[in-house]
Amino acid sequence: MIINHPLLGPRDAAEFVYLGDANLINRPEGLGDNAEDAMYDHVYLRDNPAGIHRELWYHEQGDRSWLVVTRNTLTHEVTSVELARDVARSMGRSR
Amino acid sequence: MRYNALSILKQGLTGNKGWTPVWREPDPKPEYDIVIIGGGGHGLATAYYLSNKFGIRNIAVVEKGWIGSGNVGRNTTLIRSNYLLEGNQPFYELSMKLWEGLEQDFNYNAMVSQRGILNLYHSDSQRDAYARRGNAMHLTGSGGVLLDEAQIREKCPYLDYDNARFPIKGALWQPRGGSVRHDAVAWGFARGADMQGVDILQNCEATGFQIEDGTCKGVETSRGLIRAKKIAVCVAGSSGRVMSMAGMRLPIESHVLQAFVSEGLKPVLPGVITFGAGHFYVSQSDKGGLVFGGDIDGYNTYAQRGNLPVVEDVTEGGMALMPMIGRARLLRMWGGLMDMSMDGSPFIDRTHIDGLYFNGGWCYGGFKATPASGFCYAHLLANDAPHPVATKLRLDRFRRGAPIDEKGAGPQPNLH
Repeated sequence: MIINHPLLGPRDAAEFVYLGDANLINRPEGLGDNAEDAMYDHVYLRDNPAGIHRELWYHEQGDRSWLVVTRNTLTHEVTSVELARDVARSMGRSR
Repeated sequence: MRYNALSILKQGLTGNKGWTPVWREPDPKPEYDIVIIGGGGHGLATAYYLSNKFGIRNIAVVEKGWIGSGNVGRNTTLIRSNYLLEGNQPFYELSMKLWEGLEQDFNYNAMVSQRGILNLYHSDSQRDAYARRGNAMHLTGSGGVLLDEAQIREKCPYLDYDNARFPIKGALWQPRGGSVRHDAVAWGFARGADMQGVDILQNCEATGFQIEDGTCKGVETSRGLIRAKKIAVCVAGSSGRVMSMAGMRLPIESHVLQAFVSEGLKPVLPGVITFGAGHFYVSQSDKGGLVFGGDIDGYNTYAQRGNLPVVEDVTEGGMALMPMIGRARLLRMWGGLMDMSMDGSPFIDRTHIDGLYFNGGWCYGGFKATPASGFCYAHLLANDAPHPVATKLRLDRFRRGAPIDEKGAGPQPNLH
């Protein structure tokens, strides 16, 4: 698989480390009312879809940026690649 | 028809015209006591044990393709019971005991071949870890012998013992480990279940659940609605897809594991060998092909095929372990879908929906578990209580802080 890095261009997926569902960047508040359930859900449960999947890849053997890759789990086709930082900021986070 | 030497002789003398199909192809009935979704090894084993050991015969197995078309036909056929943790080891030992009596039990030749498994170690700390694991195996009577380098040299003179980086120092040997003819496992269980009246419904895909007031009353299929008192899901690899139809999210990701087989060679491997310094394991099939594999690819996929970096990694492991493997040509390679769970261990449990049961999360260790998985799932379905060796394989174990994490890798499915 080739991942089209937004800053570095097309890179081999072997340069990256895979973490999992992109929702992992939305870590729940640890002291909220529903913290235990929310944390269990965040850490352990997955949608695991057959089809379009947004997921986190870390460019370990490159610029060490975290990317949000949109990929089809049935065909391995990568349709979009964003910097995870930009994704988080677009959701109103400071970083 | 029971298979025995006499029937082979009789058929041989009469032109082999009397052999009949080993299971029927019935049409679905509108209602059953239990419907099992998934006609793979585990689903068919569940139907077999329910009908033969627990006295429940009004059962259907629904399978979207043909039986045995999933992981039971796509694995590396190894059996072993060399786990460490309390939640796993007694379960896998039950499985080994069932393997040992399986062919007599279901009257079918599954070619169970206990040629032993060697887990090589390359350092002092690894030896200590294997000594500990061997002790854990003795607690369940599974056997386990710590061999030194000289003893392995006798069995396998062709390994790269003096590798500068990863010299082979010894191994943990389980003589009862080995391999089984995987397709025959599916066929044998299917035949044994069919003989007790279980309906095996092929080309019958589950497309939804009929859930009313928190109770599962039936399963919608491509061949119509089938109602049942209990619905047992057993579709490892596709668990996420099927359980999402019941609105459930699981502590599971689907990954691909690739496997490889070389051209046929004369007998060379005494049994199964696993490399301790990388992820590589190899055995030799009865046809002579070297069957080997390594790590999963590491990303979510339902594609049943992997990518080249893992092919390179696996073959590098093979070359580091036994350089002669480089002379063998690769015949075939394929990928199978793995339910990778959050701790590397499986689930056999009820769900929060009454009448809906779940069996999955087998990671890449499902084949060796086939008989025990079927037996324990049948026990759960028949008695509504887990079998004593499967009490820890529960869906809520992460919420309770009780994972069964053999590797200690944490909730990261691609590391197990």
